[in-house]
Amino acid sequence: MFESIIKGKVFKVGDDIDTGQIYPGRYLYLTSPEEIASHAMENIIPDFSKKIEEEDWIIVGRKNFGCGSSREHAPRAILCAGIKAIVAESFGRIFYRNAINIGLPVLKYPDIIKKVHQGDLIKINLQDGLITLYNPERKISIEKYPPQLLSILKSGGLISYLKKFGEYCHLNK
Amino acid sequence: MPEEGLVWPGMLLVATDSHTTTHGAFGVFSTGIGATDMAAVLLTGEIWFRVPEIIKINIRGKIGKGIMAKDIILYIISQLGTDVALYKAIEFDGEAVKELSLDERLVLCNMSVEMGAKATYIRPDEKVMEYISHTNPKKYKKFKSVKRINNINSDEYEFVYDFDISELEPQVALPHRVDKVVSVSQAVGKPIHQALIGTCTGGRIDDIKIAAQILNGKRVYPSVRLLIIPASHKILQKCIELGYMQTLLDAGATLATPSCGPCLGAHEGVLSGGEACISTPSRNFHGRMGSAEAKIFLSSPATVSASALKGVITDPREYL
Repeated sequence: MFESIIKGKVFKVGDDIDTGQIYPGRYLYLTSPEEIASHAMENIIPDFSKKIEEEDWIIVGRKNFGCGSSREHAPRAILCAGIKAIVAESFGRIFYRNAINIGLPVLKYPDIIKKVHQGDLIKINLQDGLITLYNPERKISIEKYPPQLLSILKSGGLISYLKKFGEYCHLNK
Repeated sequence: MPEEGLVWPGMLLVATDSHTTTHGAFGVFSTGIGATDMAAVLLTGEIWFRVPEIIKINIRGKIGKGIMAKDIILYIISQLGTDVALYKAIEFDGEAVKELSLDERLVLCNMSVEMGAKATYIRPDEKVMEYISHTNPKKYKKFKSVKRINNINSDEYEFVYDFDISELEPQVALPHRVDKVVSVSQAVGKPIHQALIGTCTGGRIDDIKIAAQILNGKRVYPSVRLLIIPASHKILQKCIELGYMQTLLDAGATLATPSCGPCLGAHEGVLSGGEACISTPSRNFHGRMGSAEAKIFLSSPATVSASALKGVITDPREYL
């Protein structure tokens, strides 16, 4: 269900979090969302999926989040585990597009990691391209999605988008 | 796909593997995508893209003895970093690129994704045409008559990097980063338990040939497992035909059928805690090949072969 306004607590991670750290290769045979979610980030953050079970969380990363493989399990594990969005300085490009295609908002902002602490509440407005930080409250502008990509996210991912429209069409839908 | 005649210059090619960039050596815009994207491609024949800026990497100088494309690309990655080409495309050019065989150019394009590249391009020349003349004679006939046009102006590149590799030594990427690269002289002597020659990055005929050359008449070090995993069945069959497989089996190597296998920790060479592996694949992320306590060194097939012989990381030029 698409939410244009996303609120959550910050979960900080470091540079170059690769797809193997997000979802180890030995679990690629799994297909159930619950099982996939249970292995999210397990090589680097034990019990990650349990840690984020309560409340809404937003991953905040540094450069090159999601670098490495094209495995869609990586963003899917994060989505199925309940993460609402990922904000990072930069993303591995295949991870970036995979996340949008499955309906997981991913946003780029340089130096975001320096502006937040673990557990801080933040608010993201996808439509207007704004992130609100608190204490003190301030808004930062981020690169807005082109209408096509916003449509894909609004539909809950590319498959839902294509089921709804039957083809790539785009502006203002 | 190239072996089956499915790749030719000028294509827009997508496949569900990040190393799809490999096909850039054929003058193809080729890039990796995920399963949902592929489902949409199969359904609509279309895909959404952000058009990337292009960075150019010129590689000059004469390639030294025992130096392979893997050494060149590891060096470049160590100098430019793993995110220099994020959201961008790379064009490789220069006399060293022209000197490389097509097999070796595939390595440059394969590893460029480790710099974040969306796609990689090498202008197709007679080496590409020669290959296509065998795999797809119909397309070859069409391209033979096409006049070549140089249609990228120098001011269209976002950035141009120049490298001279004449003095380059064999290179080794240390655990656990592909850009943590040193000359082999700084890594010699480190003990290894497993050596891997194979996968999409380093499992082609040229790679297996050099392994057979270094290990001809010799034996793999007793405590080392040498795995040979050819990149495709056709390559496996060709290497059997050429006698390379016999040489390597006589030397004590283990052969596995073509697959990604241990590169991503799936099977056929998964590492346990405390083990060190030197290998030809493209990635040495922490825990990638199995245990998070294992270490992965990346290098050329020549360096892997020499290391398998001595049981420690070894400069291959001593054996060439």
